[in-house]
Amino acid sequence: MTNTLLFTVLTLTLLGLVLAVILFFVARRFRVEEDPRIDEVESVMPGANCGGCGFAGCRAFAENAVKAPSLDGIFCPVGGNAVMKKVAMKLGVEVVEKAPMVAVVRCNGSCENRPRTSVYDGTASCKVKNALYSGDTGCRYGCLGCGDCEKACPFGAIRINPETLLPEVDEELCTACGNCVKACPKGIIELRNKGPKNRRMFVSCMNKDKGGVARKACSAACIGCRKCEKVCPFGAITVEDNLSYIDFTKCKLCRKCFDECPTQAIHAVNFPPRPVKSASAPSAEAVAAKEPVLPKAETTVTEKKEE
Amino acid sequence: MSKTFKMGGVHPNDHKISNDCAVEVMPVPSRAYISMSQHLGAPATPIVQKGDKVKVGQLIATPSGFMSANVHSSVSGTVFSVEPVADLAGNKVMSVIIDVEGDEWMENIDRSSDIVRDIKMTGEEIVARVKECGVVGLGGASFPTHIKLCPPPGKKAEFLIINGAECEPYLTSDYRIMLERPEEILIGTRILMKALDVNKAFVGIEDNKPEAIASMKSFSSQYPEIEVVVLKKKYPQGGEKQLIDAVTGRSVPSMGLPIDTGVVVQNAATALSVYEAVQKNKPVIDNTVTVTGECLAKSHNWLVRVGTPYEEILQLSGGVPENAAKIISGGPMMGKAVSNLKAPTVKANGALLILTEEQTVRKPESNCIRCGKCIDACPMGLEPYLLNKLARAGRMDELEAHNVYDCIECGCCLFTCPANIPLLDYIRGAKGEVIRIMRSRPKK
Repeated sequence: MTNTLLFTVLTLTLLGLVLAVILFFVARRFRVEEDPRIDEVESVMPGANCGGCGFAGCRAFAENAVKAPSLDGIFCPVGGNAVMKKVAMKLGVEVVEKAPMVAVVRCNGSCENRPRTSVYDGTASCKVKNALYSGDTGCRYGCLGCGDCEKACPFGAIRINPETLLPEVDEELCTACGNCVKACPKGIIELRNKGPKNRRMFVSCMNKDKGGVARKACSAACIGCRKCEKVCPFGAITVEDNLSYIDFTKCKLCRKCFDECPTQAIHAVNFPPRPVKSASAPSAEAVAAKEPVLPKAETTVTEKKEE
Repeated sequence: MSKTFKMGGVHPNDHKISNDCAVEVMPVPSRAYISMSQHLGAPATPIVQKGDKVKVGQLIATPSGFMSANVHSSVSGTVFSVEPVADLAGNKVMSVIIDVEGDEWMENIDRSSDIVRDIKMTGEEIVARVKECGVVGLGGASFPTHIKLCPPPGKKAEFLIINGAECEPYLTSDYRIMLERPEEILIGTRILMKALDVNKAFVGIEDNKPEAIASMKSFSSQYPEIEVVVLKKKYPQGGEKQLIDAVTGRSVPSMGLPIDTGVVVQNAATALSVYEAVQKNKPVIDNTVTVTGECLAKSHNWLVRVGTPYEEILQLSGGVPENAAKIISGGPMMGKAVSNLKAPTVKANGALLILTEEQTVRKPESNCIRCGKCIDACPMGLEPYLLNKLARAGRMDELEAHNVYDCIECGCCLFTCPANIPLLDYIRGAKGEVIRIMRSRPKK
């Protein structure tokens, strides 16, 4: 009995030792030289593996960041400038700070604004729906409302509001990884400058139809009237194919276009509600012009909530 | 003994309720919307302008590339405008809108009902005429016929197969023309044989249409080179690849064309338009459309001018019943739901099917139970359950490895799935994506 035990213990110990020696030499012989900085860089990464940087994951990002001569064009949208600074420190290179970005939904075709013209009872996927037809409203450019963006977001930052059937971005959670931008078959989501104090302006419409057609399909559509283009003092607005676009690098957030837009297709986000001007308004004309602005002040507040 | 294809297939109820409705000529619409995109490939370029006077059969658009086809006016009148018009799916397609005045035909079109039996033209002349008259495949895909009649160099057709299977439930337009105009279809077949220089043609008809088989056989006995083949009633018997398999036993290679097996397939309705084009000089300006559905008081088979809005067809068929929930252009298996009733008909429109709420209800999707029914049903030998999973995960490389591009979108997998998984919806999207990726690769 004791002999058997002893024999077993001895055999296994010996076997273990022999294998350890073999493993030791194998590990030496086939050792893969790896830059230790890769591990260091990876340790400061957010670890979301979202692919927002364009690489396969955080490890791949680290490998590429170490390999590259400089950090130009390499950016982790999730970690933002803070992480990039840490990465630069580990690698001993300089990094230029980037303005924070946020995903913006460029469609305001809520159930109220955009009446449904047909009932879609097919598979709940924007991709499938887009392949089948132009959508269940009169607008063939707008949001399909099946939530491919919601499914694509690794951070739970974009959700379909069941009331409006439009996606809403939680700007606290949004990291601007761009997954929703890729997922949207209509291409209505754009990464835009988060803006000073998170204040930003954008045209919440993608409709390229002529004004009348667009307006008929959706009461909040951009009708390409060019009023915003004319009023903008900074040349930030261009109207192409009956659709206005605000260049966020030029926009100075004066909100003149917002006041001018007849369909309220231009959204101003996170601005404080305007104080109601006193009776010393310069002329009756200005008062008349101000009238339609009043309800907009309300929308600004609701948009703040929505966005 | 009925022939059939080897792999897969399903047996939906055929619902051929409009079988006994003779083809009626629909009145000319008051305004016709003629789409420039009535064929596979590049849209045609309009050659008329606002205010131009046009006659029935006048050329109004020319091809804008190799894969394109002529478009003719189906009505006479004044061009109201040339602008994009929403099609049945709501997508804008460039169209010529014509306000109809009278019904004046081009002088060179033979409008008599005499059957012209002698084929005087040579093969090349036939192909040129078919191209000139804008004939496209009327089975559904609208492939320009003249391209099919010119096999690529080095390939030669051995057989011609005329597709009279009409395996889609509800559809009866091909059945009616085989019953009413068998001789013209057979002359059309002989014209196609001459153009392709083949000595043998088959007409494949499913065995649920005994009258059509009898009618075609009674005339085909004059022509020993044409054989009527009785096919088993099984969906998708009328799929091009399935039909070739059933009739000749040959299988089209993956990513290949029917011509690779020495076969050219044409629809029965296409054979009829070829006859009309070659013998009567009549371009494709009308086609047979079945208007059917259990909720309709009466089903119809109409001879409709191309460009008639769906609304008008439905109105003349007795209006849309109150309990109608969905209108489908085409059959229930492969047809497309119509979201825009103002959309006009195109050359290859075969049917308008009206379904009620109970008939269209989508049962809730549940989990795959790995029963393998979809694999048994797939006529292309694919694994739909796997393709569906890969498509949802967006794994395009694996989809390609599993031959997703061979899917013919027949819908057998979806039809048979006991868990009601919308397999085809996902596979169709992924197929398009994979083909796009494959095309974007540099050619070797």
